[in-house]
Amino acid sequence: MDWLAVSDAEWTAILLSLRVATVAMICSLPFALAIAMLLARGRFWGKTLLNGLVHLPLILPPVVTGFLLLLLFGRRGPLGAFFADYFGLVFSFRWTGAALACAVMAFPLMVRSIRLSIEAVDRKLEDAATTLGASPLWVFATVTLPLIIPGIIAGMIIAFAKAMGEFGATITFVSNIPGETQTLSAAIYTFTQVPGGDAGAMRLTIISVIISMAALIFSELLATFAARRVAAQ
Amino acid sequence: MSLTVEARHQLGNFALDAAFTSDGGVTALFGRSGSGKTSLINIIAGLLKPESGRVLLDGDVIADSEARIFTPVHRRRFGYVFQEARLFPHLSVRRNLAYGRWFAGKSGAGGDFARIVDMLGIGHLLERNPNALSGGERQRVAIGRALLAAPRLLLMDEPLAALDEARKAEILPYLERLRDDAGIPIVYVSHSVGEVARLAKRVVVLENGQVTASGAAAEVLSAPAASIATGRREAGVVLEGIVEGTDTEHDLTTVRVGEELLRIANVTAPSGRSLRLHIAARDVMLATTRPEGISALNVLEGTVFSLATEADGSVDVRIDCRGVTIAARITRFSRDALALVPGKAVYAIVKSVAIDH
Repeated sequence: MDWLAVSDAEWTAILLSLRVATVAMICSLPFALAIAMLLARGRFWGKTLLNGLVHLPLILPPVVTGFLLLLLFGRRGPLGAFFADYFGLVFSFRWTGAALACAVMAFPLMVRSIRLSIEAVDRKLEDAATTLGASPLWVFATVTLPLIIPGIIAGMIIAFAKAMGEFGATITFVSNIPGETQTLSAAIYTFTQVPGGDAGAMRLTIISVIISMAALIFSELLATFAARRVAAQ
Repeated sequence: MSLTVEARHQLGNFALDAAFTSDGGVTALFGRSGSGKTSLINIIAGLLKPESGRVLLDGDVIADSEARIFTPVHRRRFGYVFQEARLFPHLSVRRNLAYGRWFAGKSGAGGDFARIVDMLGIGHLLERNPNALSGGERQRVAIGRALLAAPRLLLMDEPLAALDEARKAEILPYLERLRDDAGIPIVYVSHSVGEVARLAKRVVVLENGQVTASGAAAEVLSAPAASIATGRREAGVVLEGIVEGTDTEHDLTTVRVGEELLRIANVTAPSGRSLRLHIAARDVMLATTRPEGISALNVLEGTVFSLATEADGSVDVRIDCRGVTIAARITRFSRDALALVPGKAVYAIVKSVAIDH
């Protein structure tokens, strides 16, 4: 069973993937929540445009998204320079760039899930909270947010899964540097490109399946628990 | 306490143009569905912003479109009990009750919790989930939740409409206690004459967004004009009475109305308590001679003073029984057979079980 032994380099890829996906999921959550709220509740000029923009990564070929990220967030890109100068945050050819690419690719899925759950909230409950003295911010914190938790959890898990599997945009934007930007998917791809790499590709594939299944089961458990708490009247 | 409401608002084809004042107690907004009752109460609550109008409570300007004043809903401190209880599904009954209390700050006295929970009989439900409650229990919790926010005014939008008769009967006594004990002015929306007769001091009748009548409950609800708004089934008279005593063996209560004594079944009010009775015109029989061997316990002697033919061809007969007006709805055939004309002496027969109280 020697072929099952995972090498250090492979461990690095696995841990990097987990880190990239987790960071992508957590950092995009506040933005996804805000955008979802805006799209579900807001009435403003350009809403259709914003909706289209958010969904763009879902429709564009990942390579195109990766290339656009390279233009915008690369060393000399307008946003890339801005972040590097003011926050010391460099994206190009770093794991942070991989996280950014994954976050952008997973963003529409997360927004969609949260938006649907916001639209399902009975606004009459929010009116009731208002008549009881809760300001709009408190209504959101004490009524809306608890009721959309299942949607938020679902959105986070979908985003995590998407980030784990992201390949095209990541490799275009930050390349495939072992230990820095070589995620699980990229590592599997690399194995398939070299002679005798089948065993390594197989090992990582099995691990990939296990992680995906674990995430799925975990999300199901959380969703069931949350749904039981907020079951509709 | 004084409440002044004026509102003009256009909702599609529907125009609301209504105004009323109240000086405390229960004011009923009464009318058929679609008459604008709910829009008007939402304007008072601030959930609907009218094109123009004013809401004044005790001299405080809550909203005034001309002065560009609009107090946001959450700062009005107007309790609102909705038709559906709207309890928060993610909070227990106890936390639902405590919700508004928290925002009311220190003005909500701590001792109120026990008193209000006790008044509404919901002490045994506190740890439950709202989903596990019956309709009547949910509505009681909703009332408690609104009260615990220490409101200056309580708005109730058909709080009993979604409940069956048994549940209604279960909640009405709590509403009466609320009216008598809490001392908070209430605006009560309803389309049920029985409920309004029982609870309200003043009635404002709305029709197609306009106020068609307003005044003391007994007066407004007894006027034949109200029958347009109430519908045929419930039209009748509302009488003010005082409980004289109860025959516990037969569960019969004697109520004095003016000079007359009426016997009513299943009243749970002590002697001396004032009571409003609703006698539907369709429940009243007329006879030209005193009937013998009849199960109905209330036979009132009186004189016909008006006869009016309704749109559907039936006849609304008003009888003066020693100062008390009784209305009876009969067919034109009966009117001719009994030769009823104003001034004719008749007996009005009312079954004890047919009187709403």
